[in-house]
Amino acid sequence: MPKDSGIGASSKRREDVRFLTGAGNYTDDINVYGQAHVYFLRSDIAHGRITKVDTSAAEGMPGVVKVFTGKDFEGVGGMPCGWEVTDKHGAPMQEPPHPILAQGKVRHVGDPIAAVVADSLEQARDAAEAIDLDIEELPAVMNMKAAAQDGATLVHDDLKNNICYDWQLGETDDAKVNEVFANAAHVTTLDLVNNRLVANPMEPRVAVGEYARATEDYTLYTTSQNPHVIRLLMCAFVLGLPEHKVRVVAPDVGGGFGTKIFHYAEEAFCTFAAKACNRPVKWTSSRSEAFMSDAHGRDHVSKIELALDADNNFVGLRTNTYANLGAYLSTFSSSVPTWLHGTLMAGNYKTPVIQVNVKAMFTNTVPVDAYRGAGRPEATYQLERVVDKAARELGVDPIALRRQNFVTQFPYDTPVALTYDTGDYNGTMDKLEAAADLTGFAARRSASEANGKLRGLGINCYIEACGIAPSNIVGMLGARAGLYDAATVRVNATGSISVMVGAHSHGQGHETAFPQVVADMIGIDESMVEIVHGDTSKIPFGMGTYGSRSLAVCGSAMVKATEKVIDKAKKIAAHLLEASEADIELKDGQFSVAGTDKSVAWGDVTLTAYVPHNYPLEVEPGLEETAFYDPANFTFPAGAYACEVEVDPETGQVSIEAFTAADDFGNIVNPMIVDGQVHGGIGQGIGQALLENCAYDENGQLLSASFMDYAMPRADDVPFYGVDHSSQTPCTHNPLGVKGCGEAGAIGSPPAVVNAVLDALNSGGKAVDHIDMPVSPSRVWAAMNG
Amino acid sequence: MTQVSMTVNGKSVSGDVEGRTLLSSFLRDHLSLTGTHVGCDTAQCGACVVHVDGEAVKSCNMLALEADGADVGTIEGQANADGSLNVIQQAFQDHHGLQCGFCTPGMVMSAAALLKDNPRPTEAEVRKYLEGNLCRCTGYHNIVKAIMAASGQDVSSIAAE
Repeated sequence: MPKDSGIGASSKRREDVRFLTGAGNYTDDINVYGQAHVYFLRSDIAHGRITKVDTSAAEGMPGVVKVFTGKDFEGVGGMPCGWEVTDKHGAPMQEPPHPILAQGKVRHVGDPIAAVVADSLEQARDAAEAIDLDIEELPAVMNMKAAAQDGATLVHDDLKNNICYDWQLGETDDAKVNEVFANAAHVTTLDLVNNRLVANPMEPRVAVGEYARATEDYTLYTTSQNPHVIRLLMCAFVLGLPEHKVRVVAPDVGGGFGTKIFHYAEEAFCTFAAKACNRPVKWTSSRSEAFMSDAHGRDHVSKIELALDADNNFVGLRTNTYANLGAYLSTFSSSVPTWLHGTLMAGNYKTPVIQVNVKAMFTNTVPVDAYRGAGRPEATYQLERVVDKAARELGVDPIALRRQNFVTQFPYDTPVALTYDTGDYNGTMDKLEAAADLTGFAARRSASEANGKLRGLGINCYIEACGIAPSNIVGMLGARAGLYDAATVRVNATGSISVMVGAHSHGQGHETAFPQVVADMIGIDESMVEIVHGDTSKIPFGMGTYGSRSLAVCGSAMVKATEKVIDKAKKIAAHLLEASEADIELKDGQFSVAGTDKSVAWGDVTLTAYVPHNYPLEVEPGLEETAFYDPANFTFPAGAYACEVEVDPETGQVSIEAFTAADDFGNIVNPMIVDGQVHGGIGQGIGQALLENCAYDENGQLLSASFMDYAMPRADDVPFYGVDHSSQTPCTHNPLGVKGCGEAGAIGSPPAVVNAVLDALNSGGKAVDHIDMPVSPSRVWAAMNG
Repeated sequence: MTQVSMTVNGKSVSGDVEGRTLLSSFLRDHLSLTGTHVGCDTAQCGACVVHVDGEAVKSCNMLALEADGADVGTIEGQANADGSLNVIQQAFQDHHGLQCGFCTPGMVMSAAALLKDNPRPTEAEVRKYLEGNLCRCTGYHNIVKAIMAASGQDVSSIAAE
């Protein structure tokens, strides 16, 4: 029987009413009295030396308040990178400066050169056209392998080459790895590309900066997943402002998917310009601007090799990846191809020897950083594609090959630095086989063939590492931040509760799910608990929402703070009931003395805390507690996915006929929300596999710069999805036993789709080993007719 | 500047606009009806869909002056008179048809236009109709389900909520 409230209930989302009635408060809905608007003049060439920026004509245009160029930011900090990766020789990564407005050179299409602040956006845009600009064009650095060669054109003249770092994880002894491969009974090799994507949350980025000259207080409204992180980075590293004089507000945010984690130049600009102009300054990104200024995702070129023994056991794995970082280091870009990618190369398998090699490259493209999954999709795609190819080469069932090599004993120390605490990969695969009706596939294939279509089944397993932590370990690995989170539970006198959290909700439904936990712990109605988030002036210092961390990390802090509240409330209840604190029990919102019928209600205790007349003298008045929580380990959600496709052999058109996901997320607070997260991830993964591609030409021109050219998945590109999360092995080290579900769908689905397409083509008698994503009709047709 | 007058959600409104002012800007910036969202600049995403004389229109693709004298409906006018959600809005909440909420106003307005013309659409018809409305959060599953439910169809056999 499903629960109707508390942990495990599919409570309807309370945030929906405002969104469904047009009453949401997104950043672009915020207009501050007297605000001016900024328009950024961006480079339309990929690489060049700025020889002239004459703003004098623009400054005289109607409505213009001030025109800024790179010169205005000399002496101001640049955009920082939050993770220093150490290369395999022990040297720190190369870290070039990233000015707010270009200084000397432009390095990608979209690099901001000047900023015009005017009374209206139209006036700012008109004036930007009057800026006299000369750029001496340089060769664009686009191909990663060519960029790594000695003598290549440099993206950053002051660096020794275009390689940010040459990194390695796992087995460092090349001879040992070579020996494993030399002695293997079979080696499967695959070269593949993980296509560059644009996250494209439906709400473009917006920033509104405000400055009060009388008090020297700043406010920045911004589309962010982590307002405290933005405030810290902007104050400490960019503008040199005291944190207590800066308030950062991220109100309703229309999707993030990683791309709103990062501190962007436009945020720092609006804050800086609000003081310089003594007026609020607002920037609203257009979608076209978003394509060339939001951090992109993925863009890896990899070679993966899998060694198997004569019994088909995996004995070795080696990968060599070129990872594109773009022209500058975005906030967490350096961590993605390394600690969020290399560490996942063991996947669900007990491969004893693994070596991961990554060269991270600067190119004349938009910076690349975390996008839903961030490194884990790139790892999973390589691994699950090569495993499927090995099964095809060996003529064995791809599910059986996976099962044979699954990790089955936990905890499990991988050769790539992680310790999986728990999981049941065979159990999850059992759920998938049932939910996807795999025994019925042969009949479905026959039916498709009778209609002249090829049908394929693609299987994929994934593991991901969520809730990145603990802080002391990630600090050793180069993180320049802690990765804990925080919550303050403020109980009001009449018993209702406000919970201020460091996590940020931009679609995940925290305002509904988090109260389910607190209400369940106390035994009160969910409606008595409200979540406050997104405003540094209201919430404790927390790290925000990304990496599927909110419930596992911030939720744990909330549980700990609630436990402190309950402990204190029990002291007050013991006093009121004239009993020993040890005998007090809390159930259904009533404190009672064990073994008696004496009780006092939650509301009476909370009122007593604030009207402490009959009160224990040794206890402080009030009922408000804060907790910070630093996890002991990552959490490890895992799953098995099945995709069925039909391929039209005449056109190469692929249609997704069925998609089934079996996930192990540990314990689940709101199953409806979890299902929705998986749906959305699968939708994005299908987009990557079949449709989406951020394309540049050899001169660095961005070819896919709008929704006209970048193929977002639409409603008729995808099916209804089957989602099963009844396989549950609770996380062993956080109080809720939760693992995180936000990225799973995007990690697990691309290889399932591509494996299904290849299965379909091979079933038609065409031996095709590989097609790069997006698996477009032209690529499928070429593979079939090549 | 030119004066433009229209009826929005049953009220007569007017304002002075430039020739280039879009209907979406007039609604958002002049009338403070910020429920109509702008998610792109190429008339692809559909977050800005409103009703103009009963037809679903992308308001970012129409000049305010073109709507002079028109009867315009926006998301702010969709709820019942007592403020409760209408049938489509309620179905979106019941079936978790929204996450971040940014595309939602356009989805609800498009769904209303679809159901007016086609009161019991099939799954394929719903998906086809929504081609002009992008959502990045839901993978469309629960949006399609919500619209079918709002049309009175039994959606209980469709996989998970």
